[in-house]
Formats: sequence, structure tokens, C-alpha cells
Amino acid sequence: MVNPPAFLPWSILFLPLAAFLIITFLTRKSKPLSAAVAIGALALSLCSTAALLIHILRCHEPANAAFTFTVPWVDLPGLFLEFGLLVNPLAILMSLVVTGVGLMIFIYSVGYMSHEPGFARYFAFLSLFAFSMLGIVLANNFVTLFIFWELVGASSYLLIGYWYDRPRAADAGKKAFLVNRIADFGFLLGILMLWSVSGVHGEPRTLNFLMLDSVSAHIRDQFSGAGLFSPLSLIALLLFCGVVGKSAQFPLHVWLPDAMEGPTPVSALIHAATMVAAGVYLLCRIFFLLEVFNIPQVLGLIAWIGGFTALFAASMALVENDIKRVLAYSTLSQLGYMVMALGMGGYAAGMFHLTTHAFFKAMLFMGAGCVIHSLHTNDIWQMGGLRWTMPVTTTLFAIGSLALCGIFPFAGFWSKDEILALAFDSHRILWFIGTLTACLTAFYMGRVFCVAFLGEPRSREHHSHEAPAIMLWPLIPLAILSIIGGFIGIPSLLDNPTGAHVEFNLTVALISNLAAVGGLLLAWAIYVKGFQPVQWLQNLLAPATRLLIRKYFVDEVYGWINRNVQQRTAVVLNLFERYVIIGLWANGIAKTTGLTGSALRRMQTGKVQNYALALLIGLSLLIYASWRWVP
Amino acid sequence: MILHSYLALSGILFTIGLVGVVTRRNIIMILLSLEILLSAANLAFVAFSQALGDLSGQIMVFFVMIVAAAEVTVGLAIAVVLVRQHGKSNADDLRDLRW
Repeated sequence: MVNPPAFLPWSILFLPLAAFLIITFLTRKSKPLSAAVAIGALALSLCSTAALLIHILRCHEPANAAFTFTVPWVDLPGLFLEFGLLVNPLAILMSLVVTGVGLMIFIYSVGYMSHEPGFARYFAFLSLFAFSMLGIVLANNFVTLFIFWELVGASSYLLIGYWYDRPRAADAGKKAFLVNRIADFGFLLGILMLWSVSGVHGEPRTLNFLMLDSVSAHIRDQFSGAGLFSPLSLIALLLFCGVVGKSAQFPLHVWLPDAMEGPTPVSALIHAATMVAAGVYLLCRIFFLLEVFNIPQVLGLIAWIGGFTALFAASMALVENDIKRVLAYSTLSQLGYMVMALGMGGYAAGMFHLTTHAFFKAMLFMGAGCVIHSLHTNDIWQMGGLRWTMPVTTTLFAIGSLALCGIFPFAGFWSKDEILALAFDSHRILWFIGTLTACLTAFYMGRVFCVAFLGEPRSREHHSHEAPAIMLWPLIPLAILSIIGGFIGIPSLLDNPTGAHVEFNLTVALISNLAAVGGLLLAWAIYVKGFQPVQWLQNLLAPATRLLIRKYFVDEVYGWINRNVQQRTAVVLNLFERYVIIGLWANGIAKTTGLTGSALRRMQTGKVQNYALALLIGLSLLIYASWRWVP
Repeated sequence: MILHSYLALSGILFTIGLVGVVTRRNIIMILLSLEILLSAANLAFVAFSQALGDLSGQIMVFFVMIVAAAEVTVGLAIAVVLVRQHGKSNADDLRDLRW
């Protein structure tokens, strides 16, 4: 294998950072220049990624190609850290998604944000985000990855709270940041634990992915026989903890719906296509560890959390009235599918769904953005009849919805079907949950589409109009990819010889498609034809609806814990710090020293003869001692 | 045995001087006692010099006498200044260097 030129991977990573610095320090005053710098840098990044992809495809065995580019960072005895990039097909695929979908969203943002005063700041933050995200994608060791992981959290905070003068946006930014902090704490513990067990046979400890790959079997053998309660299960769970936070899986899903307070292109970029996918990507990147450690209970837990999140989030989307929040719940649900696939060993299936999901979900968000841009409201009940005034957006949104619902032959069908076929073979219950989720997905997407785009216009104040061209053109490539994305052979690029292989299963495909069509038809019947279920069914569903509208009271439970447990502990700890640590420990030592000093001060009489006497006595003792004990 | 007698005398002189320094309260008397201490040391030097036939002990004594003269000069000057400032020459009353 010939190494590709080193400037390619470094340029992928550092061009967006350069754009961030240039915008911040030089072009902040000029709107068009700032946008041009950000878009240009990302476009060059995309070109570098494409060049690397071509290089890999021309290798002898593309699926096993791996190139590293490193700079030593810390070199101490017993601790060697490097800042490095690992380029393999997985990283290049993810990098293509980030730069490709990202580029479309950057261009779209020019139209969407054109009236904003903080236009340049917005593009600076977007570039910073792209830099951080590409860092996660390309990092070759856990330390580098963790740094970028935190940077992504920080830039996400900045972008969610972009309208910092709106209290709700500022709060949503804080919430996202804090929830992720909990998860990242576990992730950091997992990294440190992994580091502590990684030195086998006297080898130096390492956090490098490739080196871990070669020693992982030895690490497992060290703890063979420990079973479920070995440190390895704990490590796997703690690493998964980071995934739960970033990919917003239950029980840390609460930040994602609130993050919709940010500008819509941000939601498309960060909370649909890239950042939330970082958790799933991390799981793929370290999949070899889970595979070698092979603890069925941990993998099962991962699959169940994924499956549960898929169903749980889809159910909340059923009653949501904010178009962006419906899409946010749908993102949660689709991320659940991917995590479920990873838990069942479907490395390629999970990554495939991540890629297609990035295409159609980014497009759906941008489509919703076009509507919001035109009507200045997020509430679907104030939309309606948009099919006449916004035909292009309607078509694009319909393509995205069909892809999301997994209707044949759109991209979402192939990737979702691969996951469902995998579940059909290994976990029948999870397959049932997945199919039920597919039905719910079709229903809530049908509901949004029927209410917002069909029927008659409901709002009198605003007259909808088609979005400007700069906001429509970026959606076209994504729409094409949403249609044909299933055929371009993404799984074969990632072909993992040890991972689970999935054969196309006609039964599964038919059932999931029937479920999806059923959901769509039901939504059409209720929201277009005005079909009302019989009274007793409505009465039965009323409490369930209330439960869904309150989002299963998860936020309330967290608030209760916050007020009653965390807040009270904080009060106790505050008293402990004030009176024990500060009062007794810090000030106590100082006061004791002072008192001792002022007591000892009395010994100083000022009389020369007292000192002389003390000298005499001391000298006599010394002489006596030397005569008595020194031979 | 003559050396022993000289050394005994030197020891007696040294003890007298030491007791004088510690017990007397008058500054002049303390200075005088210091001189006795130095003389005791000088006597020991000279005795050893005679017994060992080495003149360097006697040379040392000359140095000690010169230094003692200088020391007494400074000491008496301080004593005069103290008496002028405080009007007394009792060492117990001079406690200005205390905390």
C-alpha cells in the first residue's frame, strides 16, 4: 500500500480551523467574505476527502486499508501520547458525510441566515464545529478523540445558544452541554480504565486504536474467567456512556429536542447529520474492542437501549406540534436503530443507516427550515396548504419523508431493512420493536406532511412563498442521494470479515414496508379525510396522549432529582466546605500557627544575660553529651 | 605537672568569668568578666605553647589581646551611650530588643 500524501488528511482537518480563525480575526465585518471563507474551506476539505477515497479504492484491499499520520505530543517514561490521524474506509465515509452534507448546509445557511446580524459569528462557529467533528472522525487514539469530542460539545453549545438573547435558546445550550458533561465523565473514566489495563506483557500502555487492536486479545486473556464482572464489561459500558450522551440515547435523550432552539441549519448539521451521529461513529470505531471482549450482556444492553430509544422517541413524536421537534424525535429514534444494529454486531448496517439518515434527515430539516423561513412559525397547525405555494419544498420534503419511512426503493429502505433483517435473525423481540417503530415513524411523518403541506392554509397573517434558490439547490444533491443512496455500495466499502453478515430478507422487507404504508395511510385518513376513531378508543387513548405530550415526565423526574437530591447534597457539601474544609482545615492551621507563635513570643525577654545563660546551658549539654556518648 | 597547674588556673579563671557574665547586672562588670574569660583562654594558649615548644600559641595570644582591646573599646562606647540614653547601667533594664 502506498501512503497518500500527508497534506491530504491534515488539510481535511485544519482547513475549517483556518476558516474559523480567519473569520474571527479578519473578515468578521464582511458577510459575503465570511461565508465565502467558510464554504471555500469546507469545499477544499471535501476535495481532500474525495482524493483520499480514490486513493483507498485503488488499494489492493480497500476494506483493510489504514494509514496513520502522527505527530508526537507527550513523550515521558511510561506515558507516550501522540496527536494523530487514522485514515481508513470508515473514517473516510464519515468524513465524506460531514464535509459533503456539511457543505450543502453551509450553502443553505447563506440564504437562511441572511438577515441575521451575527452572520459572520455563525459561520465562524460552523467552521469550528466542522473542525471538531472532523477531528473526532480522523483521530487515531482516544486522547485526541476525547479532545475533539469535548470541542464538539463546546461548539454545539455555541450554536444552540446562537440567539443568546432568547432565554430558551440559552437554556437549551446549557442543558445540552450539561447532559453531555455527565456522559463524557463516564467516557473519560472508561478511557482511563482502558489505558490502565492496556499494557500487557510489559509492553507500554497505549490508547492508539491500531495498537489496541493488536493487543486486545491479550487484554481479554488477562481477565479470562472473570465473566460479566470483569473490568472489561465496565470499560465497555463506560465507553458506551459517551455514546449515550452524544447520540442522545435514553436516558440522556432530553437535550436533543430542546436543542431545536438553535437555527434550523444548525439542527440539520449538528442534531441530525453529524454530531449526534458521532456517538454511533465512535461505537463503530471501537467496535473491534467490543467484538474481542465479546461480553454478550453488554452487547445486549447496547442493543436494548437502542431499540428502546427507537420506540420511545417515535412515540413522543406522535403528538408533537413543532415541526423541528418532530424531526428531532425522529432523529433520536433513527439513532436508536443504529445503536441497536451495533449492539447486534451489525457494524456495516449501523454505519450504512447513519449515512443514508444523514442525507435524508439533513434534507428534511432544511425543508422544514424553508417553511419556517417563509412562515416564521414552527407550529404545524399554523401551516397547511403549502403544496400550492411551495411546490419544490413539498416535493423534496416528500422524498425525505418517504426515505425516512423506509419505503422501497428509497435509501432509508435499504439501510433500515438491513438492520431489521439482522434483528430478525438474532433478536426477534427487537425486530418486532423495530417494525413497530417503522410504523410509528410513517404515521408521524405522514401526520406532519398531511397537516403542514396538504389541506388548506390556516394562518391568515403570513402568506407562504417558495424559498430563494440558494436554499433550494443544496437540497437537490441530498434528494438524489436519498433516492439512490441505497444502491451505491456503502456496506461493501466497510465489509468487515468478522462482523455480522446480512442477507436481503424478503419477508422482513415486505412486513416493514406494509407497516410503513399502513402508518402513512392511517395518517392520511385521520388528518386529510377527517376520520375519527370510535368514541371508546378515543377515551382509551386520552391518558396515553397526555403522557406523550408531557414526554413521559422524564424532564419532570430529572427536575425533581435536581431539586431534591442534587440541590440538597450541594447545600450539605457547601456547609461542609465552609466549616470543615475552610474553617477547620485551612483557617484552623493558620490560626494554630499564629497562636503558637504568640505563645512562644513570651520566651523572648530581651535580657542579654538570659540568652547568655541559655547558650551556656546548651553548650554544657553538648559537651556532656559528646563526652558521654561519643567514643 | 606544671602544665596541669596552669590549665587548672585557666579553668578557674574561665569559670569566674562565666559566672560573672551571667550573674552580674552592671554592664561594666559584664565587660570585665568577659576580659577574664579571654585571659583564661590566653593562659591556656601560653601554657600549651610552653609545654609543646611551639611558638604559634603565643602568636595567637597577641591576636586575642588585640581583638580584646578593640572589643572593649566598642563595648565601653556602647555602655557610655546606653547610660546617656537611659540613665542606668543595669542590664536587666535594657530590654529594648525584645518583641
